[in-house]
Amino acid sequence: MKALLDLFSIVAIASGALFYLAGTVGLLRFPDSYTRLHALTKADNLGMALVVIGLLPQVDGLLAGLKLVLVWLLVMLSSAAVSQLIARSARGLDRRQ
Amino acid sequence: MTTVVTVVIALLLLALAAWTLVARDAFLAVAGFVAYGLLLSLVWVRLYGIDVALTEAAIGGGLTGALLIGAVARLRGTEAAAWSERAGAGAWALAMLLALGVTAVLALCVLALPEPPPTLAPQAVQNMGATGVANPITGVLLAFRALDTLLEAIVLVIALIGVWSLAPDRFWGGRPGLRHRADPDGILAYLARVLPPIGIVVGVYVFWAGADHPGGKFQGATILAAMWLLVQMAGLADSPLTGSRWLRAGVVVGPLVFIAVGLLGLWSAGAFLAYPPDWAKPMIVAVEVALMPTLVLVLALLLNGAPARGGDR
Repeated sequence: MKALLDLFSIVAIASGALFYLAGTVGLLRFPDSYTRLHALTKADNLGMALVVIGLLPQVDGLLAGLKLVLVWLLVMLSSAAVSQLIARSARGLDRRQ
Repeated sequence: MTTVVTVVIALLLLALAAWTLVARDAFLAVAGFVAYGLLLSLVWVRLYGIDVALTEAAIGGGLTGALLIGAVARLRGTEAAAWSERAGAGAWALAMLLALGVTAVLALCVLALPEPPPTLAPQAVQNMGATGVANPITGVLLAFRALDTLLEAIVLVIALIGVWSLAPDRFWGGRPGLRHRADPDGILAYLARVLPPIGIVVGVYVFWAGADHPGGKFQGATILAAMWLLVQMAGLADSPLTGSRWLRAGVVVGPLVFIAVGLLGLWSAGAFLAYPPDWAKPMIVAVEVALMPTLVLVLALLLNGAPARGGDR
């Protein structure tokens, strides 16, 4: 059982890291602000989700697990809001030019 | 493995520091500085200085970053003129010589430390029981080195007075900055409605947990101040009236209570800021609770800036 959970953690965290890598490549390679934001937020949310899900079997106690989930939800909220704000200000700049 | 991570973080730190120095655009330099602060807090975590890491992330990265971004926005107009100025070779050489000299002296000092380095940690831990708090950092800040913390709080209040004194006479006691206007149904207003309830709970928790775990009033106060600023930036509330009696009372209550507790110690325990035995914990809690409004108000008001419009508009 323990080994199975460990394997689950390794697979989940590794795929999470893969999403982070993909997001970073997108951030570096995509041509404009909107596509770069798209790459970054998708990668961040999915990568973070997978890392948190992978860590959940490893925490001791319900409270620590709840804190992890809360951190994940807060990161999702802030990254979604901030990417909207950046996109809006980028659109404002585009229109002015 | 851990050595590799340490080396990578150290190299990244140096690269970011260099980037912050050479970036021509002030905004890019500030962005580099914020990232540098966040990375530095990771370094503190690796050095087991969780309290310092929290403070670095909250104040070094967050609050100072926000202050600097405000400064960049104000300096936008002068940036073109600053770009056209170029320092001469002599100035460059002198600056580099000074920087290298300071670095060399610091490196020599660190390398010359005796092994093991002199420390007061054992004495501090031995006497922790007398303070009634379990987090040694809080014990040092509010019992063994309480005078430093008191002076720190007073410096913050003086800094705020310094910022306020930049206001034109006719706006004295008015509201700082422009009133922010944002789309009331937009994402910023949404965030400013959803986040503060969570942020206030987290801020108060970080403050309260400081007695036994990493955390404390500075980190908690930064989170609370950030929530207040978020509400202001989303246009849901105006910046405060700096002439308000309640606001000013809140700003000075921390240092005043701290000094009162100090004088009480002079009378009951024989020294300024000494806590009588058995009363240490309640008095430390009283000082921390009184410092909380001071810190929240001063940190938020420092970011708000000098009063720039009349009170009634």
